[in-house]
Amino acid sequence: MSRYIATRAIRGANAIVAEAEALLQKALAEKGPDAPVAFTNTAYYLPVIYGMMAYPVTKIGDLVPVIEKAKSLLHPPPDENWWVPYLGETLDCGMATLLAEEAIEGIRFAYGEQPERYPGFRMTGSASFTSPEFETEEGGGGYLNGPIDDIQLRSWGIQLVDGRMPGFAALLGAARTNQAAVALVRELQRRNILVFLMGNVNGRSIIDQLHEEGVEMGYDTYIVPFGRDTIATIYPLGFATRSALTFGGLKPGQWREILLYNKYRVFAFAIALGEVDDLKYATAAGAICYGFPVIADTVIPQILPTGVTRYEHVISMPWEEIDAPTDEEKAARLVQKAIEVRGVKVKITEVPIPVPYGSAFEGEVVRKADMRVEFGGRASRAFEYLRMVPMEQVEDGKIEVIGPGFEDVPVGGAMDLGIVVEVAGRKMQEDFEPVLERQIHYFINGASGIQHIGQRDIAWIRISKTAAEKGFNLRHFGDILYARFHADFGAIVDKVQVKIITDPALHAEWLAKAREAYDRRNRRLADLVDEAVDTFYSCVLCQSFAPTHCCVISPQRLGLCGAYNWLDCKASYEINPTGPNQPIAKGQCLDSVKGYFTGVNEYVRVASQGKVDTVAMYSIMENPMTACGCFECIVMVIPEANGVMVVSREDPSMTPAGMTFSTLAGMAGGGLQTPGVMGVGKYYLTSPKFLSADGGFRRVVWMSSFLKQTMAEELKAVCEREGDPDLLDKIADETICTDVEGLLAYLEEKGHPALTMPPLF
Amino acid sequence: MAKKKVRTPEEASRDAAAIALLERALQINAETCFYRADEITPCPIGADGLCCRFCAMGPCRLVGDVDMGVCGATRDVVVVRNFARAVAAGAASHSDHGRSVAYTLLAAAEGNPVYKIRDPYKLFEVARYLGVKVGDRPVEEIARDVAIAALGEFGRIEGELLYLKRAPVKRQKIWRDLGIAPRAVDREVVELLHRTHMGNDQDADHLLDQCMRCALADGWGGSMLATDLTDILFGTPAPVRAEANLGVLREDMVNVIIHGHEPTLSEIIVAAAQDPEIVAYAQSKGAKGVNLAGICCTANEILVREGVPLAGNFLQQELAILTGAVEAMVVDIQCIMEGLVPLANRFHTALITTSPKVKVAGALHLEFDEHRALEIAKQILHTAIDRFPQRGEVFVPNYRSPLVAGFSHEYINYALGGSYRGSFRPLNDAIVAGRIRGVVADIGCNNARLCHDENHYYVVSEFLKNDVLVVQTGCGAIASAKKGYMTPEAAMEYAGPGLREVCEAIGIPPVLHMGACVDNSRILTVLSQMVTETGLGDDISDIPAVGMAVEWMSEKALAIATYCVASGAYVIMGGVRNPLAGSPEVMRLTTEGWEQKVGGRLEFVEDPKEIVGRSLAHIDRKRAALGLEEYNPAKWGKSGDWRMRQVLELPFEARIEAVYGGRK
Repeated sequence: MSRYIATRAIRGANAIVAEAEALLQKALAEKGPDAPVAFTNTAYYLPVIYGMMAYPVTKIGDLVPVIEKAKSLLHPPPDENWWVPYLGETLDCGMATLLAEEAIEGIRFAYGEQPERYPGFRMTGSASFTSPEFETEEGGGGYLNGPIDDIQLRSWGIQLVDGRMPGFAALLGAARTNQAAVALVRELQRRNILVFLMGNVNGRSIIDQLHEEGVEMGYDTYIVPFGRDTIATIYPLGFATRSALTFGGLKPGQWREILLYNKYRVFAFAIALGEVDDLKYATAAGAICYGFPVIADTVIPQILPTGVTRYEHVISMPWEEIDAPTDEEKAARLVQKAIEVRGVKVKITEVPIPVPYGSAFEGEVVRKADMRVEFGGRASRAFEYLRMVPMEQVEDGKIEVIGPGFEDVPVGGAMDLGIVVEVAGRKMQEDFEPVLERQIHYFINGASGIQHIGQRDIAWIRISKTAAEKGFNLRHFGDILYARFHADFGAIVDKVQVKIITDPALHAEWLAKAREAYDRRNRRLADLVDEAVDTFYSCVLCQSFAPTHCCVISPQRLGLCGAYNWLDCKASYEINPTGPNQPIAKGQCLDSVKGYFTGVNEYVRVASQGKVDTVAMYSIMENPMTACGCFECIVMVIPEANGVMVVSREDPSMTPAGMTFSTLAGMAGGGLQTPGVMGVGKYYLTSPKFLSADGGFRRVVWMSSFLKQTMAEELKAVCEREGDPDLLDKIADETICTDVEGLLAYLEEKGHPALTMPPLF
Repeated sequence: MAKKKVRTPEEASRDAAAIALLERALQINAETCFYRADEITPCPIGADGLCCRFCAMGPCRLVGDVDMGVCGATRDVVVVRNFARAVAAGAASHSDHGRSVAYTLLAAAEGNPVYKIRDPYKLFEVARYLGVKVGDRPVEEIARDVAIAALGEFGRIEGELLYLKRAPVKRQKIWRDLGIAPRAVDREVVELLHRTHMGNDQDADHLLDQCMRCALADGWGGSMLATDLTDILFGTPAPVRAEANLGVLREDMVNVIIHGHEPTLSEIIVAAAQDPEIVAYAQSKGAKGVNLAGICCTANEILVREGVPLAGNFLQQELAILTGAVEAMVVDIQCIMEGLVPLANRFHTALITTSPKVKVAGALHLEFDEHRALEIAKQILHTAIDRFPQRGEVFVPNYRSPLVAGFSHEYINYALGGSYRGSFRPLNDAIVAGRIRGVVADIGCNNARLCHDENHYYVVSEFLKNDVLVVQTGCGAIASAKKGYMTPEAAMEYAGPGLREVCEAIGIPPVLHMGACVDNSRILTVLSQMVTETGLGDDISDIPAVGMAVEWMSEKALAIATYCVASGAYVIMGGVRNPLAGSPEVMRLTTEGWEQKVGGRLEFVEDPKEIVGRSLAHIDRKRAALGLEEYNPAKWGKSGDWRMRQVLELPFEARIEAVYGGRK
């Protein structure tokens, strides 16, 4: 601290705690102690309070001890002269501030005042992989975001751990100009840093600034507008707290561990824009408890000694004093400094194209009205194909556009496109082709104003008018792929060349070659069964978050996050032999039905730091595999139905287990082995090895409708394989029932096979 | 009268209040220890440790051609025996003090109405170390078991002291491997006395090992228990503001000076002084009330817990009486000069001894009994108040300095991160980065043969300039308090740029007052926690730190020095002649020899400049050994509030722009 900051933060803390207390008294009088208090779609109640105090707040009356706790943490501000120490006292006041702020937001929820109303505001897109044609124009309009829900937290989990998303920046206040606001946000997006927005200066917020400039805000663009006051800062801190609970295997009340988890593993920082008032100082003191430093664009005292945060605590970088001619460059310097202060590791690949590039742009949607041209979809055919060829047949960096460009296509029109990537490398294997090919989706999507959906011969690419105006053309697809394959897969790929094909004859010829390869791969994948290999792979990527969890990935059981299958792991091991994916020699098979292997057990014992010593690969009932927190689905036994339910993380509804996904996730995650509960990747559902020891897919009695819809074809095939083509209809979902009684009635009515299968217990 | 050169007041002290009172002493022809130090030449044979008085065949003076005593004892053995006797006496003093506190805790646990458990959390922590079950048992029950377990440490029958496990693991192993892990407090003292008896342990190195074992029994035993149990009874220190120096004496109040080392009675006197009955009685005698002030370590004890002002350090005990404003000086144990009696007799001052262990001929003895503590405290205050009307001419030099004290290791931990993030990480970080070059503990006494406080002032100011964080206890701490080094503002004025940044970040003075001399155990705990926090090696001996007593005089100081060395520290004893000077071999054994064995070394260095030079060199060596960046003050000093003060000087528009951020 500095005495100046301590004085202001402590003053701010005293004021906000008093305000929270007054508000609570009012709410108690008006709404009564039993009026419910809840944030949306979270199993963690009011998460900061829950994390720090292990105290679940569900109604207004529950906030009384919270405010008492906050008051007990308050101190008087330091004197002008002959002061006594203030650092610890200020940090305690910071924590008091957070407790008070979260209590206030809780009460505002009870009054329907949160999320904050913002007429005319509309969040962009959604997290699900749906066609832009089906968007509703009114979806989610008129409100800011409020707290991030557990679903989004989990879906970002894997990106946060694998480094695709290096951290989050909380921007508080308002920038000097709208241009400066946009420049700052673009600079952060370019580095794939999540951008959280809140606060204001004299009533004007950076959210207003970005809104005026037409910047798309929402989960898909990595920009989350929480609210236009300082109190909304509690939402990112709630997000941080939940990260520790979700991925760190920490329990509520382990406050010290939760805060240290954030200091060492969550790369977050705050940028204070404009005047820093007492409440902002107080809130910043709370953020510093989490190890998050603060960078201000005005003159404030600096706190440079380290320790509570990993590097400097408070940095002042007055906007006017940044030695750069334009807002863009000033923003770049400021963000650079913030990254330095937090020690964020940012890997940035320079891609030579005329539009901004970064994974923050992956979620951008190009609407039909904004579209210059599209490839694939209804009116044309696009495909992408990556193959390995002998070294001498690749001229590294050669990018050919074969056929006409889109200049002559009318605005909003479509044309055929083929993208053929040929790679060569001493360590390249044919098995890696599909792994690399799948990256094309992410690589192309990273360009601002370009949207990519699908894969193989159902790829669908749109170029926006803005991107086209900036000069984006077909060749740039090649530039992107060339740069990214070298940057990301340099360990296995030595040479890359790209053909962009629009010429009709060649398009047809290459499409045929590609389809032949797809078929070959499908057959090869079908042959790739667990029994056919002697090596599985580990995935300990998430140990940075969940220190005792270890995935064991076999050809027939992909990682629970859905992002890593056996081939991915094999490639990853080739790329980085000391990385998170290590080969596990299966060793002796102890039980082929349940899937016990000596090699797997030995590996897991070490990798879980002794927490787990036996893992059954194919059973949920006995020594099931543990989970970090990134799982796509949770499978849980419903004893009454003699079967299991499968809940998808996209499904916020109640389940027959009496818990929502978020609550269940607490039991499934954190590296704990809980028989009867398991976090899995959704494509594991289609594997013949899915719960094969317990009866397989026919055990599924209930499944989130989201899965039924989005995986309809794959699941149909599974039902046929299981010899019960109508099985999917016999499986209930949340639209049919959300309790056991309803479930049993439905199963009886449909004659679900689980009822007559051998008892699970 | 004076046969030898007598120092002028300015030569005898660097403290303004002391100088004024030494002048006063000359005027009224009063004799003090300063004068006697000039009068008495120290015995040169004794000073070198070469006088062997361990049997009646002697005393043998091993000087000149004599290199053996009557029994054949060599200079090496005689020098070590003398040193060992001092260590044993020092260890016995602190430890016996600890035992008294344990009995007070026992009394409190058994329902003594005067004493309470003020820090139950610390009680639980200590219970864990002592293997006492906490559970949900009543506090008194736990306190009773803790007191009994603590008392058991003094006479432990087998095994080793339980507190040893608070040291870094590597340190414990060194002790065990060398066979110097102390087994029981009393046992190690007794054994050391036994081994120094005529015709016993006559191998200097072997005897020095027992010196370490005995001293460790003090540092990690008696002293540490004294500190912990005192905290449990009277509260763990946290920052308090107070004032220091004789100017705290009040002309309009009854002044009672508390002097000595044990706070068990003084704490009650503090409470009793505020009793309305006592205040009324004082008023009945024409005073506004009772003003308490302390000298020596009782002063430090009640300063850090109650904020009672410091009247001065060891060499100011006589000077306090010379003010003529002291109605009573209440003494307990240790460092009480017999010379107080004739001085007190010249004034209206009542010199009151209170400990069953300490009587001084000519003083009034009101023996402390913990079961009648409040009654005795009031009796003492009545005695003092009764003297007030007899007060004659008063000479109180108007010097006093503000200070902030109360830096227990528990508070330091809190100060560095609050309730939620408290740890030693920021301190370790600051040392690793080089903002703080290293840590010096300047502790211990005053010595009348030196210019009072001069060495303390000098080394502390030099260390601060060089970005060395200074922690202090005992009379050294009082010196810095009087000098104004213990205010938070002192960081801005005296500290180097890196240290200043750290102090400003936390709000601390650059010199931390950690308590009484018995509280050097707190420093051991801090060092151990720094090791545990990681980044500064895996043992105390790896930390860039130095311990010193630059004006040492007491046997306790030698015991402290020895347990610090045995714990891995480099220790410099300053000011006076090396008591090991009679044997180059013993000097080698306690420097190189101990460095090899335990990683610490003991040096006696008279010149304060040399002390600073060797300390900084040692700190830099340890930094290099840890692979830390070289100390470079030019890198630091950019943080802090100075920026805001600059902004205040800007024209209005520019000021608004700077703080609010101009928006277009």
